[in-house]
Amino acid sequence: MTDFEPRIVAFLCNWCASTAADLAGTSRMQYPPNVRVIRLMCSGQLDPIYVAKAVLEGADGVLIGGCHPGDCHYQSGNFKARRRVAILHQVLGQLGLEPERVWLRWISASEGQYFADTVTEMVAVIRELGPSPLRGQWSI
Amino acid sequence: MQGWLKGHGGADETIRHLLGKLLTDGVVDGLLVPLRTLDGRNVVPTLVRDAALLERAAPLAPVLPVNAGTMLGRITASGALGRVGAVMRNCELRTAVELSKVKQVVLDNVLFIGVDCLGTYRVEDYARMAEEELDPVTAALAAAPEGRVEPLDGFTFRPACTICERPIPGVGDSFAPYIALGLLGVEDAERLWVSVQDDALAETLGVEPGEEPEARAAAVRALVAARTAERDRRLAEFTERVHDPLALLVEFSTCIRCQNCMVTCPICYCKECIFRTEIFDHSSPRYWDWAERKGGVRLPSDTLLFHVTRMLHMAHACVGCGMCSDSCPVGIPVADIFRAVGRRVQESFGYVPGRDPAEEMIIATFREDELGEMGR
Repeated sequence: MTDFEPRIVAFLCNWCASTAADLAGTSRMQYPPNVRVIRLMCSGQLDPIYVAKAVLEGADGVLIGGCHPGDCHYQSGNFKARRRVAILHQVLGQLGLEPERVWLRWISASEGQYFADTVTEMVAVIRELGPSPLRGQWSI
Repeated sequence: MQGWLKGHGGADETIRHLLGKLLTDGVVDGLLVPLRTLDGRNVVPTLVRDAALLERAAPLAPVLPVNAGTMLGRITASGALGRVGAVMRNCELRTAVELSKVKQVVLDNVLFIGVDCLGTYRVEDYARMAEEELDPVTAALAAAPEGRVEPLDGFTFRPACTICERPIPGVGDSFAPYIALGLLGVEDAERLWVSVQDDALAETLGVEPGEEPEARAAAVRALVAARTAERDRRLAEFTERVHDPLALLVEFSTCIRCQNCMVTCPICYCKECIFRTEIFDHSSPRYWDWAERKGGVRLPSDTLLFHVTRMLHMAHACVGCGMCSDSCPVGIPVADIFRAVGRRVQESFGYVPGRDPAEEMIIATFREDELGEMGR
């Protein structure tokens, strides 16, 4: 499994997590290149179907990043996202779809280092878990 | 007020009489009630304004061709022209409560008339009983006083009914109807056990106040316990069976992607479901890309995504009515799957669909001090 490179899809909110990712980049912080970022205006914009699609298509991990509680640019989008991710975890868990591959993190715009650390940690954990069993499935 | 309503020759006839009185006395302006079709092979929810039609009312007929909770939306969502008495089983009533939270049913002008559910059959089974001149209502009413709820010989109840732990309106974290009509564990053929929220109405109807017979309470407890045990067994069986992605694929391998489960699901109310939009009209080259990446692509695509998304979108409010399983042409136990998933989601939030119209849906609200970051 040494040549396994995790593929992680990240849904990051525009105001905090995605700005943090930009900060990590402009500050030349190093973190593994395994993450594909999709920017949402708000984590509350996350329809769970996005995550389901990524998981079923064989993403090895999904990271959802939003503003810290209380800091949402739209007041409460992150709280709503949090419930959706909790539901996702319950549903994926009941279906044997490895909920531990789906992460939710609060990353403020100034936390470039925390973003880089989160991605680094996640890549290490997913590398340990191994590739998604859905990767090669043509029949989903 | 709880008590007894004077009988008119059997529970079926007594209920018809009561409905007629509610309509002619102007307590309600219309009734949403199951009426026998002309050929008697089906019983369908009908908005009745002419009491003469009540001759064909079959409030106890054990068949559920459509969830009347959805139909209550049709006649209330954009303005009911009067007060409606909605005669329903508990799964339908709970559906209506859930739909009211998403403004698909308006409860302002609704008086729920809940009836003990003694089990229901599939539409085709009920039609066959009619053709063979079998009488499931009389059989059910004969067994109910002893607390027995069993299907006719040679038939089975709909699978969703056999794991329904909330067959009695108002019992077990269910919204209490305005009028509840009791059949289970009540011995008296001369009178009907009722519970009416409005004492004045109870008096008008001539309800003779009384204590709930111990036999009824015991029968209800026993039925709920038996159903709960069967539910736990079936849902554990599902969890045992579907423990990894491959098992999940197997579970849905016979799906023909007709989307009937979504169409008939009362909780799936979206007028424009994402699966019916152009989002899933992929361009031809995309299929080729997917086939290239995965070696092949099953067509139509996104079958599992369809089911998983439905679970993510509505299982939190699933009332377990079983319409999805009834409508599946290939016999996938959709309702069991959704109940298993729904139960887990609902319990994690302490939510009971159909308990209280004032209780917000899981995805419609949040608490600041709940949950944390997720994943490792």
